[in-house]
Amino acid sequence: MSADRSPHDDVGAEISAAMPSPSLDLEVLGGRLEERAGQEGLLTATYTTLESPAGLLFAAASERGLLLLGYPTTRPDSRLEDLSERIGPRLISSPARFETLRRQLDEYFAGKRRDFELPLDWSLTSGFVRKVLVETAHIPYGETRSYGQIAALAGSPRAFRAAGSALGANPIPIVVPCHRVLRSDGGVGGYGGGLEMKRLLLGLEGVPQPR
Amino acid sequence: MVVAAPSIGESRVGRSRPQPFQLFFEEQAGAVARYLSTTLPADEVEECLQESFLAALRAYDDFDGARPRAWVLTIARRKSIDFHRARARRPAPDAELGEQLPAPAPPEIPLSGDIWNEVAGLPEKQRAALVLRFGLDMPHREIGTVLACSAEAARRSVHEGLRKLRQTRLKEEAA
Repeated sequence: MSADRSPHDDVGAEISAAMPSPSLDLEVLGGRLEERAGQEGLLTATYTTLESPAGLLFAAASERGLLLLGYPTTRPDSRLEDLSERIGPRLISSPARFETLRRQLDEYFAGKRRDFELPLDWSLTSGFVRKVLVETAHIPYGETRSYGQIAALAGSPRAFRAAGSALGANPIPIVVPCHRVLRSDGGVGGYGGGLEMKRLLLGLEGVPQPR
Repeated sequence: MVVAAPSIGESRVGRSRPQPFQLFFEEQAGAVARYLSTTLPADEVEECLQESFLAALRAYDDFDGARPRAWVLTIARRKSIDFHRARARRPAPDAELGEQLPAPAPPEIPLSGDIWNEVAGLPEKQRAALVLRFGLDMPHREIGTVLACSAEAARRSVHEGLRKLRQTRLKEEAA
């Protein structure tokens, strides 16, 4: 047992002290990883955050198109975790893949863009919700519709409450302009990003402020 | 394709789902880079790290989310061994140096200093066990996952590695 009580009992501590600690640029490494993973089709989606007058937006896209544009939440990673729960965890950050969206949002908020020209991926929606949102996507800039009108366009004229819920579940606000849907009596209705945001977007598009 | 087997007897109770891959990558890249720095030359560490995380991504759907560090180091260790094999197949310009160590061990640990020269003389499994135990402060159960053995066998590998290092030093002192 002499080896166990030798003056070299500290070899473990020596290894610990001599352990290398290479400096890593996680952004660069992550970028390369994302590129190679993309080539192999290994990613469910990529995501990023985008500065905007509406705060820091969370955006996610699949190979097919934009999946999600989320308003800021109180917990920084909650959008990412929710998305992971819904479509799976193979998600990598990729600011570079969102340059087109970033540019178009900047132009929109500067009043220089009326339509978004982006492929959309509707995977996070289904059924009546998707029907409502697809119809909503066709409402022109600066115009509004009522919940009842949208419900009718989606094939269920009396389902205006369900249409309201569907709009509340819009995963791609701003780009799919659910802010352009108001109450038939002219009231502002609801909005996932908050009523202040809804009024801001309507104002930006030159719509008279609803009640 | 590299797929890490779950360790034997691993509890399925309360198993978590894997976190979003980006967060997993950011949290584990440091440990993987440190481990690989003890097994590969500096210019190969980054490439092997990329390969390891790509392999992890390919296997991510089958990963239960438990002990992510041990899981990704299992992959990284195998990738690092693959790198050494690939290099061994290439014509080696310094083959005449003829240093012989147990395959698939590297001809040298790419770090200077007495302790690494001594560790380099150990079999790969014991080297890995010591680096994981003392370099990355991992418990024996996680080391067992990485080395594909039981916690007890991992403990023995650590113990055996330490014993040999101490013996070598005592011999050198006696000489």
